[in-house]
Amino acid sequence: MWGKLSWQAIPLDQPIPLAAGALVVFGMAAVVIWVAAKGYIPYLWREWITSVDHKRIGIMYCLLASVMLLRGFIDALMMRSQQAMAFHAAGYLPPEHYDQIFSAHGTIMIFFVAMPFVIGLMNFVVPLQLGVRDVAFPTLNSVSFWLTAAGALLVNASLVVGEFARTGWLPYPPLSELAYSPGVGVDYYLWAIQISGVGTLMTGVNFVTTILKMRAPGMSYERMPIFCWTSLAANLLIVAAFPILTATLAMLLLDRYVGFHFFTNAAGGNAMMFMNLIWAWGHPEVYILILPAFGVFSEVVPTFSRKPLFDRRSMIVATMAICILSFSVWLHHFFTMGAGGDVNGFFGIASMVIAVPTGVKIFNWLFTMYGGRIRFSSAMLWALGFMVTFVIGGMTGVLLASPPADFVLHNSLFLVAHFHNVIIGGVLFGAFAGYTFWFPKAFGFVLDERLGKLAFWFWLVGFYVAFMPLYVLGLEGMTRRMQHYDRPEWHPWLLVAALGTLLILCGIALQIAQLVVSIRGRAQRREPTGDPWDGRSLEWATASPPPAFNFAVLPLVRSDEPYWESKQQARAPGQAATGEPEYSSIEMPRNSATGFVTAFFAVVTGFSLIWHIWWLVLLGLAGAYATFVVFAWRDQHEVTIPAEEVARLDRANRTARAQALREEPAL
Amino acid sequence: MSTSALHLAQDPSFGSPQLARHEASGHGEGGPAPKRIVVGYGFWIFLLSDVIMFSAFFATYAVLFKSTAGGPSARELFDLHNTATETACLLASSFACGMASLAVGQRSQKWTQVALLVTGLLGFAFLVLEAREFSGFVARGAGPGRSAFLSSFFTLVGCHGVHVSAGLLWLGTMMAQFYAKGFRVDIRHRFLCFSLFWHALDIIWVAIFSLVYLVGTLPPELLP
Repeated sequence: MWGKLSWQAIPLDQPIPLAAGALVVFGMAAVVIWVAAKGYIPYLWREWITSVDHKRIGIMYCLLASVMLLRGFIDALMMRSQQAMAFHAAGYLPPEHYDQIFSAHGTIMIFFVAMPFVIGLMNFVVPLQLGVRDVAFPTLNSVSFWLTAAGALLVNASLVVGEFARTGWLPYPPLSELAYSPGVGVDYYLWAIQISGVGTLMTGVNFVTTILKMRAPGMSYERMPIFCWTSLAANLLIVAAFPILTATLAMLLLDRYVGFHFFTNAAGGNAMMFMNLIWAWGHPEVYILILPAFGVFSEVVPTFSRKPLFDRRSMIVATMAICILSFSVWLHHFFTMGAGGDVNGFFGIASMVIAVPTGVKIFNWLFTMYGGRIRFSSAMLWALGFMVTFVIGGMTGVLLASPPADFVLHNSLFLVAHFHNVIIGGVLFGAFAGYTFWFPKAFGFVLDERLGKLAFWFWLVGFYVAFMPLYVLGLEGMTRRMQHYDRPEWHPWLLVAALGTLLILCGIALQIAQLVVSIRGRAQRREPTGDPWDGRSLEWATASPPPAFNFAVLPLVRSDEPYWESKQQARAPGQAATGEPEYSSIEMPRNSATGFVTAFFAVVTGFSLIWHIWWLVLLGLAGAYATFVVFAWRDQHEVTIPAEEVARLDRANRTARAQALREEPAL
Repeated sequence: MSTSALHLAQDPSFGSPQLARHEASGHGEGGPAPKRIVVGYGFWIFLLSDVIMFSAFFATYAVLFKSTAGGPSARELFDLHNTATETACLLASSFACGMASLAVGQRSQKWTQVALLVTGLLGFAFLVLEAREFSGFVARGAGPGRSAFLSSFFTLVGCHGVHVSAGLLWLGTMMAQFYAKGFRVDIRHRFLCFSLFWHALDIIWVAIFSLVYLVGTLPPELLP
């Protein structure tokens, strides 16, 4: 009846997973009970869970990413402390548990922290910057989010019921085949990623369509903000790369579930094909993450330098060059496979070539700052920290791109240091810069700058203390994923690295404190004009938080920086315009529970597939189909916001802006 | 705080409802493209992603083509007569789907239902032929677990079959919708997507027919 599932699946004999699992379960239960006791469930259901508003969905993505960041960071703390202790000793984590931790850490940080964070920022910002009212397919957007959340839930469920994969964040065969990983760990990984991967693919389709087909009047390609350009590139990569991931993981699933021979050692299977396929997705994935971060910096740096971005056109060309080149470098992840000198040479050179457009971007930001009036707010600090850190990470990357060097450094801690260098220093700093920059737009009040700056410094210093030792350890020959070791010269460096994670822990604690302090003092931090940073693109032209319809009247775009341009015109003497636009009623998509219900059935299906509960699989699939039919059958797709309501909201925003201007001296 | 936010907010030219209501391309002339364009375009992007998924399976098949592990090879297994009949069914089904598009254009409930029924029956016939071929292979000990080559064959061709099955489910839902809701604009948009999907499956099948079945039955000396 219940397949492989039994009470044995609960790790009652292992204190650490049990305690961690219990903490998660009780934490979640406590949140649910608190929400229910406060009577917030109808509000949450109406305004958030069933919302198809891109801004709400974006915020939920970022929230999911932040919660999962904590989970992934706890894994990191455990790994660093294990390695700090495990010199000539067993440490406190047994190997089978340690292997699950590094696998879960990588999986969570890439798929459920970095991805949802950048997708969340794109969701929130792109339609606002394009000057439109929503994405192309709002309900599909909600489905995407909830499928991502479903994947995250399955990964967390593995903590309590069963186990997680011990195969690393990419489950390389033959280790991940049934013969060597007979447990449910790899299956948890595979179904969680398949489900959230479908969500990501739908996001890609949605945003490519939105950016290419839905822009405000006058917004030609050249006038699109750079964040929209990098989002376009990232989403094109999603559309082109995620199907390969789906196909690859489907093949591994077929091997495991029905005895196929794609990657097995027997019957002609080819394990190296998995490496090729997974990295044909995996390398573009790196750029899916970093390109939106580049976009964030391209918005932050001009705003806080009070200058337009230096040579926008080269930035756009560099972005699209990276988009294309990212598909020609995947083999550098396994130079040691032995494809031969010619093949390695080609991919080595391609990997070095892709550093060129990235370098172009760095110079674009530097020249934007040159001669500007720079304000060192915390968003700008993240951008500056990124530039220095990312250049270091990029240089170690070019080093790894050289096949002879890679033969020495392959799978060593040097590699681990390199990719953390670019992912933390690039993607995560970008996410934090975006979070600080757009938080006031989302909630109408500004985050505490003092705590924000302090958090930045702890993160930056913590990052260097935690990861620079890993470069040294890599050069000293320490390989990744070691549960224990007996080389005395490694021990001090690992102690320093552990200290670095504690500094990062302080950074995270300060970020939480920043959020709490800012929310509690929101009345004083209210930002009524909707334009706290003297912004340049269209998202700053509407209220904070923006009304459901974003813009009462679609803005007319006349330049690269439409909002800045309009402000400049209005600043000219005698140009102050009066009157108001002609309001008309607006049709907005109606809320829908489709996303949430689909994700519920996806969790049911995924969980029962993992545990071989076949009847429940059929039930879950039937439920998902029924959900779509119910959605397809509805007659009312839109709600109409009457012209008077639009006018009322817009006038309220104007009055607030006028009020703020009267109270504060002009800049 | 920005000084000119007020002025901007009062500038009536910042935003132009006249322009926004104009039929637009979405490329910057006149604002977002109309719903029909957006829906069709989005579905095309989805189809492209689907084609990429198939290309991964095609590439895998190419890599594993000779990994027969002592089991039967493509040449020993494939029967081009069966494949030809399958192809005929699928292409005729697409033709019927085209007829359904015309009937929808004419708002004829009767002919829409008839054409969609024919589309579905031909698609079903294709699936029956494919299932017969597959079960025949399994009966001869040439199931997907026999060799890497057969794993990749069953997955590539089976993936197309799964798409056709999903298409039939969609088709049935589509017929019920036309019947219950008439030719409402959103349902016509959905039908546009369905017909794109159905024709795209043909394109995939043409690739399978040529690269898997025709190349597979070539004499070995002609193969690379």
